[in-house]
Amino acid sequence: MGLWMPGAQMEAVLRHGEASYPHECCGLLLGHPAADARAPRRVVEAHAMRNANAASPRNRFDFDPKEHLAAQRQARERGLEVIGFYHSHPDHPARPSQYDLDHAAWPGYSYLIVSIMEGRAASGEAAARSFELAEDRSHFIQETVETSGVETESA
Amino acid sequence: MAIKVFIPTPLRAYTDRKVEVEAQGQDVGEVLEHLMQAHPQLRGQLMNPDGQLRSFVNVYLNDEDIRYTGSEKTPVKANDTLSIVPSIAGGSPAAVASGRC
Repeated sequence: MGLWMPGAQMEAVLRHGEASYPHECCGLLLGHPAADARAPRRVVEAHAMRNANAASPRNRFDFDPKEHLAAQRQARERGLEVIGFYHSHPDHPARPSQYDLDHAAWPGYSYLIVSIMEGRAASGEAAARSFELAEDRSHFIQETVETSGVETESA
Repeated sequence: MAIKVFIPTPLRAYTDRKVEVEAQGQDVGEVLEHLMQAHPQLRGQLMNPDGQLRSFVNVYLNDEDIRYTGSEKTPVKANDTLSIVPSIAGGSPAAVASGRC
């Protein structure tokens, strides 16, 4: 279990969070699911989505469902799969909120959260954490995030 | 008739890793029921205990959300495709002032 991500894609997520500040940003994590129970999900591309929550974009995000459907199709045509989602917490830590838990989809996705403090990505480990929904949907479990400077893609 | 159903990544654990499966029915409800009979573990992922689609589960027949076309009674025809897409939403902990003010 865990998430593997090219460093450049993690950077893209952090920059998306900064550019969207003070609003939340959101997007898809596209790549390849875990090959087995111990292997990480592997991100190939962080795909930015529009925050469609017009009412409260500083502390809420949602995907436009049709844009999500279209992005999922485009990914599939490229041989990529939706393996998770990312969003930012402006001026809040990179930890899931009760609202995140209440609105989570199925276990088996990575939920990457980035913390943007006063417009800048938080430093070090506090900047980005990833979580998986527990099987009984009662809580999130933090998973390891490994980033690499080398974008190798064996699939 | 049998139509193609696209399975979201985490639910492929219950469809023998298949990205798309075929399921039969005259309307969306029958197709979903056939799908869940063929892959019983999908039922708890897609449905509430009362047998209704979970609130975050969106079902699209081709490009249309079935909520706007007759829900499970939406008829299907040859070459239609059904996509199961989760609603994605979230947010940070604090209830800051709404943008509506």
